Amino acid sequence: MKIWGMIWREIAFRKLNFGLALFSVSAAVACLVGTLTLLQADERRTDRLLAEKEAEVAKAGAGLEDAIRRITKGLGFNVIILPEDQNLNEMHLEGSLSKQMPEEYVHRLAKSKIVTVNHLLPTVMKKLTWPETGLSVVLYGIRGEVPLQHRDPKKPLLDTVPEGTMNIGHHVSQKLGLRQGDETVLLDQKFSVGKVHGERGNIDDGTVWINLAKAQELLGMQNLIHAIQALECHCAGDRISQIRAEIAGILPGTQVVERGPPALARAEARDRARQSAEDALARAVASRRELRGQREAFAAVLAPLICVGAAVWIGFLMLGNVRERRAEIGILRAIGFRSSQILLLFLGKAVLFGIVGTVLGFVAGALAGASLGEMPVGLAWLQDPEAPVHFGLALSLAVALSVFAGWIPALSAARQDPALVLQEV
Amino acid sequence: MSAVLELNQIAKAHDSGNGRRVQALDGISLSVGAGEFVAVRGPSGSGKTTLLLIAGGLLAPDEGAVSIGGRDLGSMTAESRARFRAGNVGFVFQQFHLIPYLSVLHNVMTPAVAANIGDAPDRAEKLIARFGLGSRAHHPTARLSTGERQRTALARALLNRPRLLLADEPTGNLDADNAERVMAGLSDFAKNGGAVLLVTHDNNATDRADRVLLLKDGKQAGAPAG
Ligand SMILES: Nc1ncnc2c1ncn2[C@@H]1O[C@H](COP(=O)(O)OP(=O)(O)OP(=O)(O)O)[C@@H](O)[C@H]1O
Ligand SMILES: [Mg+2]
Repeated sequence: MKIWGMIWREIAFRKLNFGLALFSVSAAVACLVGTLTLLQADERRTDRLLAEKEAEVAKAGAGLEDAIRRITKGLGFNVIILPEDQNLNEMHLEGSLSKQMPEEYVHRLAKSKIVTVNHLLPTVMKKLTWPETGLSVVLYGIRGEVPLQHRDPKKPLLDTVPEGTMNIGHHVSQKLGLRQGDETVLLDQKFSVGKVHGERGNIDDGTVWINLAKAQELLGMQNLIHAIQALECHCAGDRISQIRAEIAGILPGTQVVERGPPALARAEARDRARQSAEDALARAVASRRELRGQREAFAAVLAPLICVGAAVWIGFLMLGNVRERRAEIGILRAIGFRSSQILLLFLGKAVLFGIVGTVLGFVAGALAGASLGEMPVGLAWLQDPEAPVHFGLALSLAVALSVFAGWIPALSAARQDPALVLQEV
Repeated sequence: MSAVLELNQIAKAHDSGNGRRVQALDGISLSVGAGEFVAVRGPSGSGKTTLLLIAGGLLAPDEGAVSIGGRDLGSMTAESRARFRAGNVGFVFQQFHLIPYLSVLHNVMTPAVAANIGDAPDRAEKLIARFGLGSRAHHPTARLSTGERQRTALARALLNRPRLLLADEPTGNLDADNAERVMAGLSDFAKNGGAVLLVTHDNNATDRADRVLLLKDGKQAGAPAG
C-alpha cells in the first residue's frame, strides 16, 4: 500500500465529501464548457444561416442584375439628351436627328456630380441613303461610354464599334446579303461587317452602327454630336422631372426625352426587393453579432465567478475533511509520516476530483451545450479539431483550481502539531 | 546494557490559555535500555503524556535533551525526526488512533508507507496472527471490539521493528483479559531486546515493569526501582 492506496480508500470511505467536491468541479467545468459549446454552436449556426442567406441574396441579386441588363439592353438607353431645338417628330418618325451639340457636352456631364443618370453614350444618328447600295438606313455613330467620374466604372451596356468595322441590323443584312466578316463600302469608306444583330422589330433593324469619330467624319460633324444617350438610374420618385432639372443645370439648351419607363419600373421594383433583402440580411447579421457579444460578455463575467465559487466551495470541503481527520494526521505524524506525505494525502485527493470532475463536467457540459444549442446529432464538438485542446485546458484549469483550493487546508494539515491531538483524551 | 532512550533533565511548561503556564515536567531524567520495560506512574495531570510525547520527539522540551539510540532528537529537523521515528519508535495510545478507512491489515501496514520495509505484508500478517486478529484482517476497524482495536494498534507499532515502544495508558479502555494480552505483548517486545516505556496511572499495569518511575506534578517522586 502506498499513499495513493490510502487516498483511494479514504475517498471510498468518505464518499459524500469526495462526491461534493467532485460535483463542484464538474459543475464548474460543465458551466464553462456548456457556455463555450453553446457559444460555438450558436456561432456555427449563425454562420451557416448567414452563409445560406447570403448565397440566396447573391443568387437573387445576380439573377436580377442579369434581368436588368437584359431589360435595359433590349430597351436600349432610356434617356436621350438632345439639343433644345431638335424636333422630336423627326426622331420618332424617321429615327433621325438633325440638330447638333458639342461632343464636349458629354464630358461636362461626366465631370458633373449627376446622380439621376449613368452610362453616358455620345451618338450621332442620321437617316441617309447609303449611296453605294441605295438603301435607306439610320447611321449610328457610337463610341465607348463616357464614365461618370464620381462613380465606380460600370460594365458598358453597349460596346463601342471599332474603327473600320460596322455592325448592322437584321433588315440591312437581309437586303444587302451582308454577313459577318464581309467587306463593304459606305460613303467611300471601307468597312468590314462586325456583328449582325438579330431581328428586333424596331428601327434597329435598319440601322448601321459605326465608330463615332468615323461617323462624325463622314457626316462632316467633327466634335459635334446629335444626342447623349443615358440610362436613368434606379432611383425612386418622379424620375424624369428630377433628371430634367439636374441636366438643365449642367447642360443648358438641351431637352431630355424618356423612353420605355414600364420595363424600368419593373426592374426597379425588383431592385428594391433585393435591396430590402440585403438590408434584412445585414440586420440579421448585426443582431446575431450583438446577441453573441452579449453572451460572450456574460460568459466573461460568469467564468471567473464560477471558478471562484467552485474554489471557495472546494476549499471549505477540504477544510472540513482536514478537521475531521485531525486525529488521523496526528497518528500518521507519530508513525513517522513526513509533512510532504501528509500534503500529498490531501492534494492527491484534490488532483483526483479535479481530473474526474473535469471528465464528467466536460461530457455533461458539452452535451448540455450541444442540446441547448441544437447541435446536430453526433456531437459536433467532438469533431472539432480543437476539442482535445479545450479538454486539456479544462483539465489543467480544473486540477489547478482544485489543488489551489485544497492547498491551504492541506498545508494546515501538514503543519498540524501532532502533540495536540495525541494529548486529547 | 546500552541505553535506547535517554532523557536528561527535561522540563516542559504548557500555556494554559489564560497567560499562565503550567509546569508539566520539571527536571526529569530517565534512561531505558534495550530489553528493558520501564513504567512511569503518576496521578492524572502529573505529566505522563507530556513525557511520552517528548520521548517520541513529538513535543520539544523547554529544557533538557532527548536521545534515542544515541541520537539527539533536539538537533534534528521536524522532518528528519519523522523519518527517524518511522524506523525506530512505535506508539500505542489509550484511544488506539486507528485509521477509520483502512482495514486491520492496512492499519498495521501504515508504518511501511512512512518507511520502506521490504517484508511489510508478510510481517503484518504474522503480527495480526500473533495478536489473534487473523480472522479480522480485512475488517474495517469500526467493527472491532476495543480489545481488538488495541491489539491492532500494538501490531502496527511493532511493524517496523522499532527499538523503542512508547505506550500511553494502553490498557485504560480494556477489560482485564485484553489488558493482559496487551501487557504481555509489551513485555515480549522487551524480552526480545526492545525498550519499552509505559505511562499509566494504574498500579496493576506496572506489574510487568522492570522499573517504575513515580511522577507527581511533573517531578520525579520516587527513584526508579530495580
Ligand atoms: N497542550 C496543553 N496546553 C496546556 N496545558 C496542557 C497541555 N497538555 C497538558 N497540559 C497540562 O499539563 C499537565 C500535564 O498533562 P499530561 O497530559 O501530561 O498529564 P497526564 O499525566 O498524562 O494526565 P492523564 O493521566 O489525565 O492523562 C496537566 O496539568 C495538563 O492540564
Ligand atoms: Mg495522559
